[in-house]
Amino acid sequence: MIKCTLFWKNYQVNSTLTNSLIKVKLEMIKKQLAENGGQTQYLSFLYLIGYALGILMTVNVSAETDPKIEIGISEYTQTGGASDLKATIAAFNKNKASTTDHSKLKELEGPFSSGPEVTKACLSCHNKAGSQFIKSIHWTWKYKHPITGQELGKATLINNFCTNAKGNEGMCAQCHAGYGWKDDTFDFTNEENIDCLVCHESTGTYYRVPNSKGSKACSIMFEGKTPIQWAKVAQSVQMPGRNNCGTCHFYGGGGDNVKHGDLSSALFNPSKEIDVHMDSKGLNFACITCHVDNGEGHQWAGSRYQMHAKDEVGQGKPGIPRQRATCESCHSSLPHPKTTLKGIKLNGHADRVACETCHIPKIAKGGVATKIDWDWRTMGKLKNGEGFKLKEYTQGDGHHRATYKSIKGDFVYNENFNPHYAWFDGVMNYTTIDTKFDPAKAPIDINSFTGDFNDPKSRIWPFKRMHTTQPYDKGNNTLVYMHLWGEDDNSLWGNYDFGNAIKVGMEKNGIPYSGEYGFIETYSYWPINHMVSPKEDALACSECHARGETGRLNELRGFYMPGRDYFKWLDIIGYLTILGVFLIIFLHIVMRILCYKRISKSCHIGGEK
Amino acid sequence: MEMETEKNAVVIYTRYERFWHWSQAALIFILAFSGFVIHGTFNVVDFETAVTVHTYSALLLLLLWLFTTFWNFTTGNWKQFLPRIQGLPAVIRYYAWDMLFGKPHPHTKSMKRKQNALQGLAYLTFMVIIGPALWISGIIYLTYDLWNVMEGSQSLFQAVTFFHTAAAFMMMAFAFIHIYMTTTGKTPFHYIKTMITGVESIELTQAEKAYFSEQHPKILRDHD
Repeated sequence: MIKCTLFWKNYQVNSTLTNSLIKVKLEMIKKQLAENGGQTQYLSFLYLIGYALGILMTVNVSAETDPKIEIGISEYTQTGGASDLKATIAAFNKNKASTTDHSKLKELEGPFSSGPEVTKACLSCHNKAGSQFIKSIHWTWKYKHPITGQELGKATLINNFCTNAKGNEGMCAQCHAGYGWKDDTFDFTNEENIDCLVCHESTGTYYRVPNSKGSKACSIMFEGKTPIQWAKVAQSVQMPGRNNCGTCHFYGGGGDNVKHGDLSSALFNPSKEIDVHMDSKGLNFACITCHVDNGEGHQWAGSRYQMHAKDEVGQGKPGIPRQRATCESCHSSLPHPKTTLKGIKLNGHADRVACETCHIPKIAKGGVATKIDWDWRTMGKLKNGEGFKLKEYTQGDGHHRATYKSIKGDFVYNENFNPHYAWFDGVMNYTTIDTKFDPAKAPIDINSFTGDFNDPKSRIWPFKRMHTTQPYDKGNNTLVYMHLWGEDDNSLWGNYDFGNAIKVGMEKNGIPYSGEYGFIETYSYWPINHMVSPKEDALACSECHARGETGRLNELRGFYMPGRDYFKWLDIIGYLTILGVFLIIFLHIVMRILCYKRISKSCHIGGEK
Repeated sequence: MEMETEKNAVVIYTRYERFWHWSQAALIFILAFSGFVIHGTFNVVDFETAVTVHTYSALLLLLLWLFTTFWNFTTGNWKQFLPRIQGLPAVIRYYAWDMLFGKPHPHTKSMKRKQNALQGLAYLTFMVIIGPALWISGIIYLTYDLWNVMEGSQSLFQAVTFFHTAAAFMMMAFAFIHIYMTTTGKTPFHYIKTMITGVESIELTQAEKAYFSEQHPKILRDHD
């Protein structure tokens, strides 16, 4: 029997130990109080708090016998959090124009005992919110691509992280803005299942847990959490802050910044250097400052399935509401000064180079690393029959990140690194569960995109490229759905058996499976849009206009770029010409010197002198 | 009919010609330096600085050339650059051979013909081939952002960069030879001194001398 976590046990051991220490300390303080009276009372109180904090920190460290190895397979992350809230909420408290103080509404007094009860109260006033929201991708997890016609969305897609949410909703739908999606029986038409709070509450005390407990090994993962005070969180509702969106979007792929590279907990309270727009001491943007409503209600601009790789609408006409999340929708398509040489030249680039390419010079800023490589093949190693995590990467902010997890395999991290650049027209093509590929052509692109220098609608974009070695159906040459999470004995996260997990994962979803799996290398591409740097930190011209390996666009070919490209033969002939000139001059000088000497000795040919 | 001539120190290069020459020299040097940084030949300053310097000095040189062309035609100075075969072989022979043995220069400088035949031909090449190749391709290059949406713009761009670079190499060859030739005067720095002061000792006819004394007394100098 594999146990998910020993963390709790260790914590209790340490607690009993430290409890006795606190008792001793309290005795000391009492003694001091008796001797010195009220004056020291305040100081002693501070001392006690300091001491308690010290103990807490000790508990955290001592919980791991070897700081690099953590026994257990807990995947639960407390995301968001009250400490990050102040700044994000502040941005919206500036908006004093709100006509409703929700904390004074009778409807929200409660008592409530569950999420759907709160939702019912919300919908009793906001009577269109439900019908709007159930059409949104946050609810459906489905997206039909208007150009490729592909059926996309988390509900069915395969990625090269945990691979598939499909069939694993019990865990993955922890980030579905609804209550109770754990299998196909979930009712997508029931508006009361909408989770209004995850996006709108502002206390920072609301949290979500997976909709099913998973295998026995994992069932104690979420125990011991403080119960949600439903009325309190319901009364706190506001427009979504960074904290709300970040709860899910900063933790995509199963951990902080794992997936995107440009969306991490560093954005809860970023400095100007990390994100010039979200700078908590400056502009302090929320996510929805850019990701505006697209006009349908409860649906947000900014899809990475169908991007505006080149937004020619730009700012649009004055007074027309923005419905896009592009840089151009605020900054226009000619954003640089039109009166300076540099500004004019930079504006000249904007038609072929995405804003992000120069203005987001690095991926994963702010000390939070992102995964760049994942090897599923090595999963399943155990210590004394238990799953474990090996935390051998220490990221910029000091946190240790797991480089190995029994349930997932090996990972490689990177932070503050250069993106991958490519021509991109905004259209993403996916390798879905039914896409057959030629394994000889690996790495297979999980998502590929079109774009070309010769297509005026394409621009050079920055991407995070994720490399993974993941299971595939060796007989049918397709990717596979894995049964990762479930209360049965077949789930990978519990029994570590690939064969079984794939078989069940495919069967459960009615996908043909040959019965034989192998591993294949894949790439996925994540367009980089966030963590825009201040203009002083934008890419220097010479980052791209440079010869050879050092140039960031060295791999993009098919067009002539000054500073990088040259005509080989012209250069050879040119340099030889200059060399020839020097040679002739040199010979002429030598002859002049030699002859001058001869003349003075014997030539006696009268010159002008 | 042979005229009686006499050597006289005369300001043969007017103040404007000297300004033209030296500002052009400085700009060409700056353009070559920044241009080859942009080209990627060397990496002494960063790309952005090179582009900025290159663009501004190119605009200044265009302005200078525009004005000088105007000046050349209004003053009649353009005639100095008319090609002439007569005397060319002698000058070539002089530089290749005769000068080594201390023979006198075959060309006699006069106010009508300040440059020898080879020199004139070289400057003409500079003015009608190398210069225009650079400024025509340069202007098209500079306005890339105005026409890059055009069909086939990439072929044009490649042609433009090709000609611009080729002409730049030719300009460099010209400049190095030109600088070297300045050392072939009476003393290695004689010609440079002349180009700074404008004063050169040339043959003047009696009539010319009388005319200058009467009309332009300032250009007649005592022997240098």
